[in-house]
Amino acid sequence: MSDTTRTSGDWLRQNLPRLVLSPSFAITLFFVYGFILYTAWISMTRSRMLPKLDSFVGFENYGKLWKTLNWQIALDNLAIFGTLYILICGVLGLLLAILLDQKIRAEGFLRTIYLYPMALSFIVTGTAWKWFLNPGLGLEKSMHEWGFHSFSFDWLINPKMAIYTVVIAGVWQTSGFVMAMFLAGLRGIDNEQLKAAQLDGASAFQTYRRIIIPQLRAVFLSAFVVLAHMAIKSYDLVVALTGGGPGNATEVPATFMYSYTFTRNQMGVGAASAMVMLMTIAAIIVPYLYAETREKRHG
Amino acid sequence: MASAVDTGVQSGRFWRVLIYVTLIVFAAFYLLPLFVMLVTSFKSLDEIRQGNMLALPLEWTIAPWISAWGSACVGLTCEGIHGYFGNSIKMVVPSVLISTLLGALNGYVLTKWRFPGHRWIFGLMLFGCFIPFQIVLIPMSQVLGLFGLAGTTAGLVLVHVTYGIGFTTLFFRNYYEAFPNELVRAAMIDGAGFFRIFWRILLPSSGPIIVVTIIWQFTNVWNDFLFGASFAAGQSAPMTVALNNLVSSSTGVKEYNVHMAAAMIAALPTLLVYILAGRYFVRGLMAGSVKG
Repeated sequence: MSDTTRTSGDWLRQNLPRLVLSPSFAITLFFVYGFILYTAWISMTRSRMLPKLDSFVGFENYGKLWKTLNWQIALDNLAIFGTLYILICGVLGLLLAILLDQKIRAEGFLRTIYLYPMALSFIVTGTAWKWFLNPGLGLEKSMHEWGFHSFSFDWLINPKMAIYTVVIAGVWQTSGFVMAMFLAGLRGIDNEQLKAAQLDGASAFQTYRRIIIPQLRAVFLSAFVVLAHMAIKSYDLVVALTGGGPGNATEVPATFMYSYTFTRNQMGVGAASAMVMLMTIAAIIVPYLYAETREKRHG
Repeated sequence: MASAVDTGVQSGRFWRVLIYVTLIVFAAFYLLPLFVMLVTSFKSLDEIRQGNMLALPLEWTIAPWISAWGSACVGLTCEGIHGYFGNSIKMVVPSVLISTLLGALNGYVLTKWRFPGHRWIFGLMLFGCFIPFQIVLIPMSQVLGLFGLAGTTAGLVLVHVTYGIGFTTLFFRNYYEAFPNELVRAAMIDGAGFFRIFWRILLPSSGPIIVVTIIWQFTNVWNDFLFGASFAAGQSAPMTVALNNLVSSSTGVKEYNVHMAAAMIAALPTLLVYILAGRYFVRGLMAGSVKG
């Protein structure tokens, strides 16, 4: 773009793109990065029911956080939930994608069924599964009526098992999406290579293990990042399904943050827990975003 | 041995049958909760207590749906969920439209009017989509209070636009990246300005990405719970919050059939969008995992 005369009209024309972008950028700076700094500051103050900006205590709240039993429980639960959720969604998604990729009749129909839970709110999912797994009237009663009288399924009210109901409902909601990611990956693989492998006498199993699955590396990574970040953020599902209970048996970092900040009047500790969540997600997402947006440059 | 197809799998008859059986079993797994929700919502409470959860209703009744919509108790008021459904609509429509428009303009600037630092700006906006929103709850509740927007639908619109533009910008940026620069340059030489090029050249061919973005935003905003629960208490709560209050309220008899009807009502808008425009929905999900 050349500018020979410098009038105000030219200035506007020159800077119009920046002006158009600037409200969004300003919003992001203020509401994302400003807010992160603010929460970081709160996490280093003695704020309880309301923010107290002048009561700096350094990292005291972080120390307190790590000595809080509920936080330990929340981290343990996140470890259980996160590991199983990512693993099962990944395995199930890959399996379903491979099976659907075998020239299946009604593939589109099946795909629609596998994926529809993703359109639902986690609150709806939680409500549905809470009813389905209801120890008195749900699955257990159905099994009894079908003659399996010794069948018992009380995970929802069993503190040792409740976190696994969150895994079940979470997997139900998200695995179809992982399937769709893998299916797209499978469809992008070059057929020539596969034919060559077959001519060499490779079995189907070998072809998948040696040739196809290694080529899905990028999908594995994307799926991992998406699932990990969803696991760390998961809040709605726990609230709707177990409410964090029985007792505090299904406390996760997101529910911990909410209750310590807004109902237990420990805002400083709550802010510290939010910071820990942010750091964990940033550690996963920043390298990924960096690599992804970089690749696009020569695309 | 089995004959090979070009996907590289032995397709003996036994394997084919096994594959179909597996796929159908999983289809049942995904459909079961929806089925149970639906049949429960058409049963009377007596039938629920006595019968099998998985059985069809002996006597179909739409009373639970009517009660859920118009007379069930959410919190202290017993007017059903229709008001909250309305709140969600009032929240979703402006949020989706504003964030989509801003995303389109941002994507346009970030691909066709690049300036130094554009990648940094985009990166900063993109990271904003992935933060755990717990990090903004404390300052946001203060800012909304300061603006007099605490507990209002307008406040929720502001929140959803703010945390939605990262994704909408991502969608349009990836889409416009593939749009030929030559066309834009030719229009510039012809003297077309910034908005004219956007309006006449980019926008007319943006149909698919607009649909993807609208569906993505609609689903996310409609399904949100955290912001709704944090910033809109009582009468101004969105649908998801009302549903949770209805289901988890501990007073009185638990009306499971009404709960399920309410859950179905909360699920219907996004479910409908998914059934009508599934292709675009999936594309949105994929783009949300950044690969565009």
